[in-house]
Amino acid sequence: MELRAGMRLRSAVDTTEVVVVRPGSGDVDVRCGGAPMVTATGPAGDSVGEPAAGFDAGTQIGKRYEDVESGVELLCSKPGPGSLSIGERSVPVKETKALPSSD
Amino acid sequence: MNIVLLADMAAGAAPDRVAVGTRHRGLTNAVLLERAGRAAALIVETGASHVVYAAEASPHLPVALFGAAWAGVPFAPVNYRLADAALVRLIGRLGRALVIGDAGTEARFGPIDAATVLTVEQFAAAVDTRSPTAAPWSDDPEGVAVLLHTSGTSGDPKAAVLRHRHLTSYVLGSVEFLGAAEDEAALVSVPPYHIAGVAAILTGVYGGRRLVQLPSFSPAGWVELARSEQVTHAMTVPTMLTRILDVIDPAVGGDGAGLASVRHLSSGGGRMPVPVIERALGLLPDVDFVNAYGLTETSSSIAVLTPQDHRHALGSDDPVVRARLGSVGRPLPTVEISVRDSSGNELGPGHRGEVWVRGEQVSGEYAGSTSSRPDDGEGWFRTRDEGWFDEGGYLYVEGRLDEVIVRGGENISPGEIEDALLAHPGVAQAAVVGVRDDEWGEVVAAAVVLRSGARVTGGELADWVVAQLRSSRRPVLVEIRSELPVNDTGKLVKRVLRDELGARHHRRRSPTEETPWN
Repeated sequence: MELRAGMRLRSAVDTTEVVVVRPGSGDVDVRCGGAPMVTATGPAGDSVGEPAAGFDAGTQIGKRYEDVESGVELLCSKPGPGSLSIGERSVPVKETKALPSSD
Repeated sequence: MNIVLLADMAAGAAPDRVAVGTRHRGLTNAVLLERAGRAAALIVETGASHVVYAAEASPHLPVALFGAAWAGVPFAPVNYRLADAALVRLIGRLGRALVIGDAGTEARFGPIDAATVLTVEQFAAAVDTRSPTAAPWSDDPEGVAVLLHTSGTSGDPKAAVLRHRHLTSYVLGSVEFLGAAEDEAALVSVPPYHIAGVAAILTGVYGGRRLVQLPSFSPAGWVELARSEQVTHAMTVPTMLTRILDVIDPAVGGDGAGLASVRHLSSGGGRMPVPVIERALGLLPDVDFVNAYGLTETSSSIAVLTPQDHRHALGSDDPVVRARLGSVGRPLPTVEISVRDSSGNELGPGHRGEVWVRGEQVSGEYAGSTSSRPDDGEGWFRTRDEGWFDEGGYLYVEGRLDEVIVRGGENISPGEIEDALLAHPGVAQAAVVGVRDDEWGEVVAAAVVLRSGARVTGGELADWVVAQLRSSRRPVLVEIRSELPVNDTGKLVKRVLRDELGARHHRRRSPTEETPWN
């Protein structure tokens, strides 16, 4: 699907939700637990399936996930047992440098 | 992404952590989100186009902020100390506003058409009786989250537009989600209408650091609250820091009891004089200090001098490294900063020019202006601040471009003369401005507040400045005062000082031509 910054996506198989921080370009096949994610509308539902083998490492709330190849960056806003991928390519956690608090 | 998602994530992952208030009776993340949902229902019901917060900080402030964002209307915290007429005019421009004010507010804002006016207590009670809205918040990153009226030097203040994408970019770029330890608490003493007051709510909730609010700043009140609430983190403006240090520094009659729980102090909202930070480091050797530079239009900080930078500078024999105590550090990884001349050409290290900045957190947009990027097509925002980079990429901000003193063609920064005055043991506070002069165009004038018991004259202080710097830096006038003119965020109001010192300089230069209105 065509991503937009700020868009919320929901896993089709578990409780994971993500926000699109960077949409990359063109058509992107974002998956969670091996299944394509869907646009999140309305209140969150329960998990309705099982993540596929190899896509079951889990997502962590507050972590950012970055796919360097497509330029897509996602923020996990609800965690789940599935893991994120673009097609079959798994998306790793983006390492961020903590800054000292200034507010 | 909507700023409500920040609170939603915190409520999801740490529902019982206190977001704002005292350790035992504060609002938890779960309760804050729930009350924001109720506030959203109330706001929608009133049909308000804006939520105006015209009161001191309270736990209802974050409820109103997130409630407005959930309802999809801009949140406009305003300076409740403005004169009634100015405030009525400002709110009147915002259309159908829901105004949340202090007690007595109904009388102040009664004349505004189409507004719903509630005191903070009435707002809280109304929130209690509503059910949380069933409607989702908008995910449109272009939605306007906050309107902040910046202090104009003349006429009505203008409103900086901060969209959800600006604020969430700042938070995601600078704070780790629930990165704070459970015992951490941040003391917020800047008012709600200051960008640091808004940013503190967002970074506090997302980072998992409890907010402790000091509604009305006094140095003794700050120290007492820091001690009683076991505060670990705080942000102050430099003038506040000086006065806080006076409360604890036994050398000037302070109580000498330290700030045992405080681990991290940041400064922003004005230039940090080197003598002040040196004194702070000496008095509080175990505290991590951060000096930050940012503007309302940039969603808070864009450069920071880190605790490691402070220690490195303090321990260095290299004058270039040592001088960095007076810098604002290096740009955040998520923004670009460039120093340019008046034609827009980028300047190299050591050259002074205007500070330009761009990045996802940078707005530079004002309400009512047609262009979202007023300065150019490449996303650069011109700060109107004068600055320069050293060879190591550390940024020095000298002050507002229009405060640079041009004496006989030579550019003089008020900051270096202020630092020289503050290095005198008898001087507690100092402010330097340029005043008009028939011979030089502009000359240097200063106002100082002495430490209690200090005996020094203005002439002696002018000599002291020359001994530290050079003769062109000599103030023609050093006025000794009991206090300096500051606004209620602690910023020096240099315009007032320039007028007053300018009038005095003019009278001294031409005693026979004294104008009747002086």
